[in-house]
Amino acid sequence: MKLLRMTMRTALRALQRNKLRSALTMLGIIIGVAAVITMVSIGQGADAAVQKQILSLGNNLLMIIPGATTASGVRSGWGGVSTLTVGDADAIRKECPAVANITYIKRQVVQVVYGDQNWSTVAQGSTPAFQKVRSWGVSAGSFYSQRDEDTANRVVVLGQTVVDHLFGPGEDPVGALVRIKDVPFQVIGVLESKGQTSWGQDQDDLLVMPFSTAVRRVLGTQFVGSVDMVFASTASTGELGAATDQITALLHERHRIQPNQENDFTVRNLNDVAKASESASQVMTNLLLSVASISLLVGGIGIMNILLVSVTERTREIGIRMAVGAKARHILLQFLVEAVTLSMVGGIAGALLGIASAQLVSYFADWPTLLSPVVVTGSVLFSGAVGVFFGFYPARKAARLDPIAALRYE
Amino acid sequence: MAQPLIEVRELWKVYQLGDLEVQALRGVTLDIDSGEFVAVMGASGSGKSTFMNIIGCLDRPTRGAYHLNGVDVSTLSPDARATIRNHQIGFVFQSFNLIPRTSALENVELPLFYSDVPIAEQHQRAREALAAVGLMGREGHMPNQLSGGQQQRVAIARALATRPSLLLADEPTGNLDSQTSIEILSIFQRLNLDGGITVVLVTHEPDIATYAKRVIMFRDGVVVSDVRQQPAAAAPLAEAAV
Repeated sequence: MKLLRMTMRTALRALQRNKLRSALTMLGIIIGVAAVITMVSIGQGADAAVQKQILSLGNNLLMIIPGATTASGVRSGWGGVSTLTVGDADAIRKECPAVANITYIKRQVVQVVYGDQNWSTVAQGSTPAFQKVRSWGVSAGSFYSQRDEDTANRVVVLGQTVVDHLFGPGEDPVGALVRIKDVPFQVIGVLESKGQTSWGQDQDDLLVMPFSTAVRRVLGTQFVGSVDMVFASTASTGELGAATDQITALLHERHRIQPNQENDFTVRNLNDVAKASESASQVMTNLLLSVASISLLVGGIGIMNILLVSVTERTREIGIRMAVGAKARHILLQFLVEAVTLSMVGGIAGALLGIASAQLVSYFADWPTLLSPVVVTGSVLFSGAVGVFFGFYPARKAARLDPIAALRYE
Repeated sequence: MAQPLIEVRELWKVYQLGDLEVQALRGVTLDIDSGEFVAVMGASGSGKSTFMNIIGCLDRPTRGAYHLNGVDVSTLSPDARATIRNHQIGFVFQSFNLIPRTSALENVELPLFYSDVPIAEQHQRAREALAAVGLMGREGHMPNQLSGGQQQRVAIARALATRPSLLLADEPTGNLDSQTSIEILSIFQRLNLDGGITVVLVTHEPDIATYAKRVIMFRDGVVVSDVRQQPAAAAPLAEAAV
């Protein structure tokens, strides 16, 4: 312990003697660590933003979309044909144990009018379970109830964008009367704002009403019981796979799809989408990280270089130390401590610089950044390891000097 | 008679320089008792420096035995020899060999740093050693702020810091003027007389050797003469009295 403290002191003094040289040597590590921290912060920030957007659609959410049917050779895309029905949704609720909540929607672009304002938006008819499945709360008023659904009440919950376009500032939309396709509706709530999706769609530009109201009073239907989309959610992420399999099997059976036929529905797992984007940004982060690591490596080589110079310059000092009783390991330790001090001080300075530049990036470039303490401490520790790794060779060279030759060295 | 401090038997040192075999020492046998003040003389290449390096445990003999304080040190590992150097031997060199840009006190503390002397005692011991060579009050000076004689005295203080029984000086006055040389020699004499420290001093100057109690002459790797004499008294050090 005493030895380590004394060695630290000696190392610090040796570094202080050549302040400029020490600073320049550290520069490589400083830039390396700062680059790693900035890059990872930007990468993780971007990733977190994308994840948040994707998961804002709903947690552990499965979307069952009709379509992909083949009609006399012409294949329609997703949602092209309404092959899903309320019956399908009810069957899924009853027969798929992995599914916790289910809802289905019918949607149409409508004109909504309030006073002298009007706005074109998407009207969604959905059961009250919509709120649970999409994990979407209200910021004002309340969501409609099963009673509203059962009696097809003309109540509507507006998205924030719709509210912004129809109502003036300070005006309370809850309780107001609006007309949708000339049918009067009472606004009973406003949905929480979810912002844009990662593909730039405004999620708040919609209004939601009970499914029965939509079908019977406003939107009409292609054929009785058809729905545009079914949303199912599971209690946990782990059940998504099982739920997908159960739903696929059930619908396969219900739609009497032959083994050589394509499914007339698609089950999309939003967590898969999130995962895919996560792995894409992971690739990006790794790429940036590896570029930044090269800088750390170069910094390490700089330390090795300067230590080799230092060992040569101080050969005589090493000889003196050995003559007065320093063992090989004392000399080794001394130079290793110098290397680690250089790299750790550089690492800490680099970490501060990296944190600052990550903040600057998010402030000026308006990119989301996420500082992870793991990355910060990790890169400082890694720079210490760089010091040990690149300091070892010069230190060993010093420790292996012959004391007589070292004392005579000019 | 008590056991000799240094007991050397048939000491050989052979260097291989390419194809050439250099016999630096060719069978040296001698004893040096505790409390002696020995001058080792010889022309360059006579083997005196090789002899010093071996008895200073910096080097190992090719053949032969070397007992220091009754311990056979010729076969010890480098680490064990480092410990012996630290505890039992103090070195003084021709070119002082102080660590630059490091204060006198810290230079003197250097051997203590590698010893097991408690840290609290290190400063005290280093101060005492500096006082013993008349450099009290110069603890904070850097080597380049000291004269050659003062630097050599710091080096002697450093050699004394671990309280060794043997002081080895390799041409300690080689870089000093004659007046300063005598001052340095008076310190050695005092340490030898009052402190009971055994001093072995390598020199090629006959007038320096007159201050020793015994003169050993080397030539071509063997001892050619070994004479005991009445040493000349060096002028007492003016500053040492302070």
